[in-house]
Amino acid sequence: MIRLEHVTKVYKTSTRPALQDVSVRVDKGEFVFLIGPSGSGKSTFLRLLLREEVPTKGVVEVADWDVAKLPRRRVPKLRQRIGCVFQDFRLLQNKTVAENVAFALEVIGKPRPTIRKVVPEVLELVGLEGKADRMPHELSGGEQQRVAIARAFVNRPLVLLADEPTGNLDPDTSQDIMLLLERINRTGTTVLMATHDHSIVDSMRRRVVELQLGKVIRDDSRGVYGVGR
Amino acid sequence: MRASFVFSEVITGLRRNVTMTIAMILTTAISLGLLGGGLLVVRLIDKMDDRYRDKVEVSVYLNNDVSANDKTCAKDPCSGLRRALQGNSNVEAVEFESRDAAYDRFKRIFEGNPELVELARPEALPASFRVKLKDTQRFDALSQEFSGKPGVQRVVDQGEFLKRLFSVLTGVRNATFVIALVQALAALLLISNTIQLSAFTRRTEVGIMRLVGATRWYTQLPFLIEAVVAGLIGAVLAVGGLFLGKATFLDKVLEAPIQAGIVPKLGMADVAYVSPILILVAMVVSAITGYVTLRLYVRL
Repeated sequence: MIRLEHVTKVYKTSTRPALQDVSVRVDKGEFVFLIGPSGSGKSTFLRLLLREEVPTKGVVEVADWDVAKLPRRRVPKLRQRIGCVFQDFRLLQNKTVAENVAFALEVIGKPRPTIRKVVPEVLELVGLEGKADRMPHELSGGEQQRVAIARAFVNRPLVLLADEPTGNLDPDTSQDIMLLLERINRTGTTVLMATHDHSIVDSMRRRVVELQLGKVIRDDSRGVYGVGR
Repeated sequence: MRASFVFSEVITGLRRNVTMTIAMILTTAISLGLLGGGLLVVRLIDKMDDRYRDKVEVSVYLNNDVSANDKTCAKDPCSGLRRALQGNSNVEAVEFESRDAAYDRFKRIFEGNPELVELARPEALPASFRVKLKDTQRFDALSQEFSGKPGVQRVVDQGEFLKRLFSVLTGVRNATFVIALVQALAALLLISNTIQLSAFTRRTEVGIMRLVGATRWYTQLPFLIEAVVAGLIGAVLAVGGLFLGKATFLDKVLEAPIQAGIVPKLGMADVAYVSPILILVAMVVSAITGYVTLRLYVRL
């Protein structure tokens, strides 16, 4: 589903590569933690998959797309198959919960009847039934992240990328969000989650890819956060 | 493409930066109004050209002796001059206008100014030959030939007067176009600036749109339409201004020369002819400005 082959990324403004000769394969339906300290290259890794960045060297593949060589006009098609969740939720404050989720479908031109049907379904999946008409500022952090996950998942992506999704949440709420991501993973969606959260990685016992200074220093199929230190 | 979505985005965008939007619309309107004014002058020049092209004549004014004593051009030197003119190879037609006929024409032309007619005496007006040339460019040869002859006061090319009139009008037209151009530049910068501002205030929305895979058109179209709508409103204001300016200002200022038949009257039809040009220019220019701005300055 995801394949990086000898990928190096050097930003113009920096001499040290953000990623250096990174090769990682992720199969369909896997749940992978991407860990490492700040500046280790986790965000660059995710941005390459979204074609926010183009690798300096190497091959990036998502599903059947050769991401690095994808023509600009086809980038939207790629992004429609990738869901994204962030630490800061990135909700539109002037839209309700349902409108925030519907927005993701409206802007890719989905017909209105489809939107009316799938938005309540996905809100139920993330446990927000009955809160469709609330505004984001009326919700707790955990609930806001659920809205963001609903928006990322509503178009049934092949891959869900989560960049520190629990970074702003307390441990209990984080645990709930992880359960939700697991549920989404069980529907067959590949989940790739960048995180700093030791306890979550340790308790989930999933595959762990650890980056340090732009290199992969560990790839355990049922890893914990602390090994190797 | 969901039209309702795009249009609701456009409306919010225009309302959010309402002061900038108004500035943009007004500048565009002034620029287009001036352009329209310039185009109207062009129309005026064309009409005058049509009106005068066949009528350009050379006047051979006769001296006071002939004007006073030879009312029908029966005697020399008048009749001799007439024969000489008729025999000239460059002359197409010759018409004698006596002092009385000249006075009648004067009264007709200035009937809007009774004071002027009051002041004028027939004695002040010379009799003349109104000569139509085959080739108006060869006025000089004719002038040289007849200027010194007995009975002739002077030879005047009426085309000269028209050339001066046309050059004044051309100057007015050029000046309006130059001011319109400077205003247009200001309008372009404002459009560009408004779009950048608009894109900045909506960066969260646009960021999410990009992320969920909205196409370039979907993200950019609201901004483009915003620019075009503002341009369109500006054009409508400019057209309204032209109609108003024509009715309240132009017609009054040019009342006398229009009545005298010197300057042709510009009708509402002429303004109506210019209007679609302004609207088209406004839409095309604002769309192009919008597109270029999005391409160069806004990362969507």
